[in-house]
Amino acid sequence: MKTHQFEVIVVGAGGAGLMAGLYASRTAKTAIITKLYPTRSHTGTAQGGIGAALGSEEEDHPEWHTYDTVKGSDYLGDQDAIEFMCEEAVQAVYELEHMGLPFDRTPEGKISQRPFGGHTNNVTGKPVKRACHAADRTGHMILQTLYQQCMKNNVNFFDEFQVVDLLMVNGAAAGVVAIELATGELHVFHAKAVIIATGGYGRIWEITSNAYAFTGDGPAIIMRRGLPLEDLEFFQFHPTGIYKLGILITEGVRGEGGVLINGKGERFMERYAPHVKDLASRDVVSRAIYMEIRDGNGANGQNYVYLDVRPESVNKYAALDGRKNKDGSPYTVTGEEILAKLPDIVDFCRVYLGVDPVTQLMPIQPTAHYAMGGIPTSKYGETILDETNATVPGLYAAGECACVSVHGANRLGTNSLLDLVVFGKHAGLRAAEFAKTVPFQPLPSDPTKYASSQFDRIRKADGKDNAFDIATTMKKVMFDKMGIFRSGKGMEEALTIVRALKQRYQHVSVTDTGKIFNTELINVWELGNLLDLAEAITVSAIARTESRGGHSREDYPDRDDKNWLKHSLAWVREDGKIDLKYKPVVITKYEPKVRTY
Amino acid sequence: MEVTIKLFRYNPEKDKKPSYKTYKLEALETDRVLDLLEKVKGYQDGTLSFRRSCAHGICGSDAMRINGFNRLACKTLVRDTGAKITVQPLLGMRVIKDLIVDMEPFFEHYRSVKPWLINDDPEPEKERYQSVDQRAVFDDTTKCILCACCTTACPSFWGNEQYVGPAAIVAAHRFIFDSRDKAAAERLKILNEVWGVYRCHTIFNCTLACPREIQITRAIGEVKMALTTGKTE
Repeated sequence: MKTHQFEVIVVGAGGAGLMAGLYASRTAKTAIITKLYPTRSHTGTAQGGIGAALGSEEEDHPEWHTYDTVKGSDYLGDQDAIEFMCEEAVQAVYELEHMGLPFDRTPEGKISQRPFGGHTNNVTGKPVKRACHAADRTGHMILQTLYQQCMKNNVNFFDEFQVVDLLMVNGAAAGVVAIELATGELHVFHAKAVIIATGGYGRIWEITSNAYAFTGDGPAIIMRRGLPLEDLEFFQFHPTGIYKLGILITEGVRGEGGVLINGKGERFMERYAPHVKDLASRDVVSRAIYMEIRDGNGANGQNYVYLDVRPESVNKYAALDGRKNKDGSPYTVTGEEILAKLPDIVDFCRVYLGVDPVTQLMPIQPTAHYAMGGIPTSKYGETILDETNATVPGLYAAGECACVSVHGANRLGTNSLLDLVVFGKHAGLRAAEFAKTVPFQPLPSDPTKYASSQFDRIRKADGKDNAFDIATTMKKVMFDKMGIFRSGKGMEEALTIVRALKQRYQHVSVTDTGKIFNTELINVWELGNLLDLAEAITVSAIARTESRGGHSREDYPDRDDKNWLKHSLAWVREDGKIDLKYKPVVITKYEPKVRTY
Repeated sequence: MEVTIKLFRYNPEKDKKPSYKTYKLEALETDRVLDLLEKVKGYQDGTLSFRRSCAHGICGSDAMRINGFNRLACKTLVRDTGAKITVQPLLGMRVIKDLIVDMEPFFEHYRSVKPWLINDDPEPEKERYQSVDQRAVFDDTTKCILCACCTTACPSFWGNEQYVGPAAIVAAHRFIFDSRDKAAAERLKILNEVWGVYRCHTIFNCTLACPREIQITRAIGEVKMALTTGKTE
């Protein structure tokens, strides 16, 4: 066992972790610990853009962005935090540009912006260009740029170290325990402040856009240490994943004029969102696709519909919608422009589907995409202890693993990249400030005890069951019963199955007895995280007897503000039972009203 | 269809030298080689080790040598490989275990070209302006995912691992030709050194290997041209 000491430890090196590390390291001795090389992080797969009301090409205001985000959240987002994020957005994007991020440019040389789902001109109600983009690899460019800045500023990294436990002493964070993958050795990182930035847990579902790495490590570790997770019942299904594979096709395709077409050749979003049509927010579009398929309107009688970005279709529907360029001329695109604006999408379709989107239709289905819920935090990244909003000294979280909550029941596209830049920065600043005011907590006498016990159990299990089978069953039941539409009966079935899988998991062992890159052992441990979270998600969802944003119940189809305008908090007790409590939503300017697009 | 996948295996804790093991499994034409590796690991041999994350060609974790070519396992389909597949670790790097190689020397070369924007002028209140054309000049090299497919396909690199390699030159190109950057001369000086850009003999292996279809040899040519002419416009 090796012990290290840093004032601030950041866990995870995606956008939030890198931003936190950059800012914390300005004033505090900081290290970033990551299970992947930083540039492998899932931020890199974000495509369409980062939202900010720059108004590069048309009128826009942070207040409009705030309102759209509140409405998009189905009024579950905390309005003070949303306002804070949308105000900070403009400077955050300019800061990324100053760091070197190669945004696409307007003819005047400004940062180019495109329309995105749910982002509107609040006066006309029409889509507004708010997504700042670098082709369809905006996340890749953010990740690369932030990593470059970290290298420039000599930030300390521990690459390919898997964090497996959080150390808490006297109710405060005291560090983390990690396994060095290359040696299998346990390391203790003694710290004054810990920032969790481990990303999401979309690997719980069968069809997912999420990386293998998205196993909810941070939230699962936190929960095991007796801290709550917020709003777990809200998980986003992105409308356009590649059929069967779930690989993301950015909303930017629809921003550039692409439309959704059912098996009958109809542009069905006109019926579900007459005003903004294909650019309604994601929960609305995913439900519409599901209903089309359920009504027999899937393509070829299958569980998919089409996304159509062929220039002739884009131009036809743009003319029908009256979409204009800045100079008032009709909006049109050519095949070359589609290729230039969406090169990766074209590449994915060619490689995985053998389809050329410039001349052919893309078969798509909704795909598990983003956790709105997670580790509850204040708008400065401080981790919340309970329903009174008391905070945990020295513990911070940012990015997808956190729940501020700015996304409420449904996140708007482009707001995740914004979230991780803004709240990653503030978590880093706060953690470094805090570290300057306190001494190190003493380390526990046997800091690796709890982490070791988890791995010893896996190594010593009887090996009667297979991890791959358990994972496959979990993913299928969670996609079928805990997906876009849910019902009390279906969710109870899911819970029964997940609990049975957790029992079976106790029998899973590993055949690899080595220390060096024992990825089998790590993968089994990660599966345990997914199972723990799947159970807590399902329990949280069963309790919420309403439909709101990403949580749609067939047995409770309406939003119920009287009883459910509140955040859930889930704790796992020592006996394994899950307790739920609730805390109010922060409402400042925008009273909840009926949500239509 | 049934496929046969022959895998390079090496466990430093047990094996004196590497060997190959062959596995048979059912697969679809649309399965990724990564899907097959996952199935082998899940059902036939849990000790098999490899890196992977995003599974759709963006994170760059699963670069390996598939049927003799450097490829991402997640971007290579059974349709492309056929029913007989051989997978080896990237060449020219120290093998740690099975398909996992030591990436540190690769990242060291990358860092050596100062791959970050250098511009000490006071920052404007808003964005620095850049024309569409200025932005287009380095667009291609911003696509790099640092998977190392190019560098480990390069005979000059196989010949001597001190060669900075195509990936690092791509990273340098991305900044040398960015109108906002002020350190082109500094980077060109680094690339003009003995293990720099002139170790490239225009073999095009890098370009063929790049899963992002970056015109790497062209980018290297542009860097050589900049060294010759002193122009980066």
